[in-house]
Amino acid sequence: MSASALHILVLGTLALIGVGLYGLLAVRNLIKVIVALQIMVKGALLALVMAGAAAGQPNLGQSLAATVIVADTVVAVVGLALAVQVRRHVGTLDVRALSSLKK
Amino acid sequence: MEVWLVLLLGGALLCALQAIRAQRLLASAIWLAAVSALVAIALYLIGAPQVAVIELSVGAGLVTVLFVFAISIAGEDAMTLPAAVPRPLAIALVILSAGLLGWMTLPALGITPPLAESSFAQMLWQERGLDVLVQVVLIFAGVIGVLGLLGEARAARTQVVPGPLPEKDGAAHQQEVHP
Repeated sequence: MSASALHILVLGTLALIGVGLYGLLAVRNLIKVIVALQIMVKGALLALVMAGAAAGQPNLGQSLAATVIVADTVVAVVGLALAVQVRRHVGTLDVRALSSLKK
Repeated sequence: MEVWLVLLLGGALLCALQAIRAQRLLASAIWLAAVSALVAIALYLIGAPQVAVIELSVGAGLVTVLFVFAISIAGEDAMTLPAAVPRPLAIALVILSAGLLGWMTLPALGITPPLAESSFAQMLWQERGLDVLVQVVLIFAGVIGVLGLLGEARAARTQVVPGPLPEKDGAAHQQEVHP
């Protein structure tokens, strides 16, 4: 991998993580929060593969990325199940409505 | 390869922005699938074909199906609510975070020549066996999550089934009696 490709990948990773972070901060719909989390994980995935290739250990980076994909999928599944339950019991997907748990 | 990487990552970034901005949840899920597909192609280009295949089948396939399933159960709840954090503050925080990450990462970039290491399969199954066990536990947690979703769908379906209508029964009874 060339140095310019490495720089492009770093910039792409930073941009994807930035968009995901913006979604986590700005969005109030629970399902879209999970979408934002998924976008952040895509950035992390690229970063892992890129770091492995840059450090001279591409297979280590790729095996870590495979683990991250599995963990990310499970997070999405459990998060979506929680969102469905919240929708059923609270009546909305708005994150702010969950503050009623404080009472 | 650099041109393709720029195109793919630029496209992924645009799709990610659309996924966050889309009003409809279904559109958001489809934009997310597009992000996964473009990232998978980029992974293939930089020499990680196994990870690209897993990402394409799981990230763009399974996760999208799960999103559509969850949206069909929870309902298309398009919300035009104000942001949880004021937008200028959110943008400033994102720029600050990305700037700090770039400041730490970019000066340290360098390419080390490939070291002698095991193959991908040997690395995953033998040298990182404990991690694979943790993945199995995680997959069981995911199965329990899917069971929760399916149980919710079944509960919603049984709630929709209407009970016997007393007025109709009464009318039918009268029709039977009077003639």
